[in-house]
Amino acid sequence: MKFGIVVFPGSNCDQDCYYAIRDILGCDVDYIWHTVTDLRGFDCIILPGGFSYGDYLRTGAIARFSPVMKAVKDFADGGGLVLGICNGFQILLEAGFLPGAMLRNKGLRFLCKYVHLRVENNKNPFTCLFEEHEVIRMPIAHFDGNYYADSRTIEALEARGGVVFRYSDEKGGIAPETNPNGSVGNIAAVINEAGNVLGMMPHPERCVEELLGGEDGRRLFESIVSWFSGRRGVGS
Amino acid sequence: MRYVATVKVMPKKTVLDPQGSAVKGALLDLGYGGVKDVRIGKNIRVEMEAPSKSAARALVEEMARKILSNPVIEEFEFAVIPMDSSGEGAGGIAP
Repeated sequence: MKFGIVVFPGSNCDQDCYYAIRDILGCDVDYIWHTVTDLRGFDCIILPGGFSYGDYLRTGAIARFSPVMKAVKDFADGGGLVLGICNGFQILLEAGFLPGAMLRNKGLRFLCKYVHLRVENNKNPFTCLFEEHEVIRMPIAHFDGNYYADSRTIEALEARGGVVFRYSDEKGGIAPETNPNGSVGNIAAVINEAGNVLGMMPHPERCVEELLGGEDGRRLFESIVSWFSGRRGVGS
Repeated sequence: MRYVATVKVMPKKTVLDPQGSAVKGALLDLGYGGVKDVRIGKNIRVEMEAPSKSAARALVEEMARKILSNPVIEEFEFAVIPMDSSGEGAGGIAP
């Protein structure tokens, strides 16, 4: 399978994603400049972290109108896998792929640290190699990761199992004290109804080998490959 | 005809505004005990050409809905006034 990593002006986790996919996974991967409008040949599109367009106006607000985003929308509508990490998640929210919006972190600090996450949903292409309710560790690095949606939207999201990761303690406990940024319901990752678009604030590309402090991120990428090869096997 | 639009974008009242809360805390610390609430938004000034004031208003409203504000967390109001020869709007800038 082939991954594509979209590069917006101001993306800065694109090379880390590229390294994770090419060097750690050994998969085919290419960068996609934000003006590209043809995504044929790709099986999974990653919107990486960073500060697209300087985070001006609102995080992701300007990037969502990049030419490539129309193509990403068509790609997702056709069932293609889309993974938005950090700023990529913010772009997916602004573009309406996923419900909700990001507010500034409750503590008004830029947070850069490892956090514990509880896997809430493992029946999707992005987390199928994790156990349900498994506790994993990934780094976060953001100023605007305070996930918000109104209570009706949250109820609908929870009812359909749309929450994929929640900020927790090392035992999987969910409490205000384990919530780094004020997100509603400790939500750290959200998937769309069709199950092919995931937005997440933690950085899986920053924990793909022990040298980086952890390997749980590698399992997320491996889930995608595993799911994709399984699906292809069934289809052929 | 040239117009100047001012768009005021504010966090919705139902949404937590961490910046406003921090500034409120600072004002209370400085002894302004009467302060009850502080909210921080954005003021955006757009100069534009349009055939009429109503056309300009329609365009500004579209811009505000499409990109200048995020309806999930923000609300906006705006004003449009003709620009005078000095390059300024002919009235106050607040909507």
